[in-house]
Amino acid sequence: MAHAPQSNFQNPVVNWIDQRLPVFSMISKEYGVFPTPRNFNYLWNFGAIAMVVLVTMILSGVVLAMHYTNNTALAFDSVERIMRDVNWGWMIRYIHANGASMFFIAVYIHIFRGLYYGSYKTPRELVWIFGVVILLLMMGTAFMGYVLPWGQMSFWGATVITNLFSAIPVVGEHIVTLLWGGFSVDNPTLNRFFALHFLLPFVLIAVVFLHVSAFHMTGSNNPLGIEPKGPQDTLPFHPYYTTKDLFGIMLFLIVFAAFVFFAPNYLGHPDNYIPADPLVTPAHIVPEWYFLPFYAILRSITFSITLPFTDVVLIPAKLGGVIGMFGSIAILFVLPWLDTSPVRSSRFRPIFRWWVLLWLVPAFLVLGYVGGKPAEQPFVLLGQIATVMYFVFFLALPIIGRIEKPLPLPTSIAKPVLGGGSVATGATAQVMEKA
Amino acid sequence: MADTMQAGDGQTRRDFIYLAAAAMGGVGAATALWPFIHSLNPAADTLALASIEVDLAPIATGQAIKAMWRGKPVFIRNRTPEEIDQARKVPMAELIDPQADQDRVKAGKENWLILVGVCTHLGCIPLGTSSGEPRGDYGGWFCPCHGSHYDTAGRIRKGPAPLNLHVPEYAFISDTRVKVG
Repeated sequence: MAHAPQSNFQNPVVNWIDQRLPVFSMISKEYGVFPTPRNFNYLWNFGAIAMVVLVTMILSGVVLAMHYTNNTALAFDSVERIMRDVNWGWMIRYIHANGASMFFIAVYIHIFRGLYYGSYKTPRELVWIFGVVILLLMMGTAFMGYVLPWGQMSFWGATVITNLFSAIPVVGEHIVTLLWGGFSVDNPTLNRFFALHFLLPFVLIAVVFLHVSAFHMTGSNNPLGIEPKGPQDTLPFHPYYTTKDLFGIMLFLIVFAAFVFFAPNYLGHPDNYIPADPLVTPAHIVPEWYFLPFYAILRSITFSITLPFTDVVLIPAKLGGVIGMFGSIAILFVLPWLDTSPVRSSRFRPIFRWWVLLWLVPAFLVLGYVGGKPAEQPFVLLGQIATVMYFVFFLALPIIGRIEKPLPLPTSIAKPVLGGGSVATGATAQVMEKA
Repeated sequence: MADTMQAGDGQTRRDFIYLAAAAMGGVGAATALWPFIHSLNPAADTLALASIEVDLAPIATGQAIKAMWRGKPVFIRNRTPEEIDQARKVPMAELIDPQADQDRVKAGKENWLILVGVCTHLGCIPLGTSSGEPRGDYGGWFCPCHGSHYDTAGRIRKGPAPLNLHVPEYAFISDTRVKVG
């Protein structure tokens, strides 16, 4: 007991606990006095918003699991029973179904913010990498959740996506059989998807904890992308950002509620209200909207890559599509090393700023549009152009880092925020100062 | 052992024991993992439902039916002589996945084309079995998901699918009965 921590809480019970397990000290340090840059804009709300949506999904999901029946003969009807007979079941299910969309909206904005303000740069590479892992886990969880109601889109979406793995050379077919637990998407598949759909959100919580822990070591980035130099540049997290986050959360929840109560099926596909039929493929299989950009990349690779001057196929079209789709996420892992510019915020990067806004963002939006269209011209060509644009965005970053002349950085966060007149140092070389 | 291990070269018996123990532990862990992975493969009852018998008598020339086999459809098509002719006229060089029509049907039963009705691209069910459905540019099947066209021998002719529709294992029990699987 030589190093018994000193706790100074008013409440003796809190004090007693804190001396033995310093959770209250930790909460106070990380969420009370935690020094946070004073210049956050509203884009910084979306981490907290995503967290609130995650909690909402877990709470609504646990209740739904108590009413859901995990069997191909009963699943569809059990979901209809939730909608019609279970008390408030319709609302809980609509919260859960639209919550998935809200989660992706929040996370896509959050990722865009990280990209635009260079939040992935040293020393926050691990924060970013954990973030990409979170995105992958979300995608897996959302995909498996969509299978559970066992409608036509559930079944055929699962069929198309699990078949992606058959593109892997040699072992592909065996992997698909292993995923299915049979010769097609069937009851064993539904059972394991339900188990994983229940498990993965808790894995997600663990990775979110690592994500948050990592940026509590480095401190948050901010719209200027320069490190705080002292107390004049920061505010305690509570009450300043607890309040601001809460305000953003309330606005977001209004939008969320508007979908749940006024347009609960707007983001869904009507075919998923038709029970799954293994003998009839819907005329037009589309994934949920948040997967459309990646689905478009998958479908854009319509050609095989052969050894030059021969007919030897190195990468068949199907494998090429799969590589493209997974590659579009995998490339995010190396983004911190592709972007060689030492300046974080786009505000001071005249080329990168427009490279994001006028190149990457349109490419991503076009991919999303094409992903929802049938696989025919002109959409195929449009998708191919946007796919090339997406990858060129990342591959050109080392060149941009070299040729771009960043604008002068402010000397501190406090100066431009508090209106200290001329804020520029004029020295472009003075970048990324250590706090 | 002691003679072969010189003190001072950085290797000790203890290093060897560490490595051997870690290797043994690794093998043990992998072995223990296998039952859990293999439990996800098709179970005995799933494998037991592996074959079906189909009555061919009601299928007139030019018609086709779908039967359910292993959780997926099997297309059984009674081809017209023109369709057979059309499939056999195609030069091998034109095919994406070259295979002669003769190798996809049983000798003496050339009119019966039996295929697993799953697109080899991403597993959709191609259209063209029921009358009125689009049969694609080559008179066989058309997959609406990503636009693959199959010919009257179920061979891939156009679109993203890499392979011909699979021919399942089957045998004629009589002139009007076939056993698939």
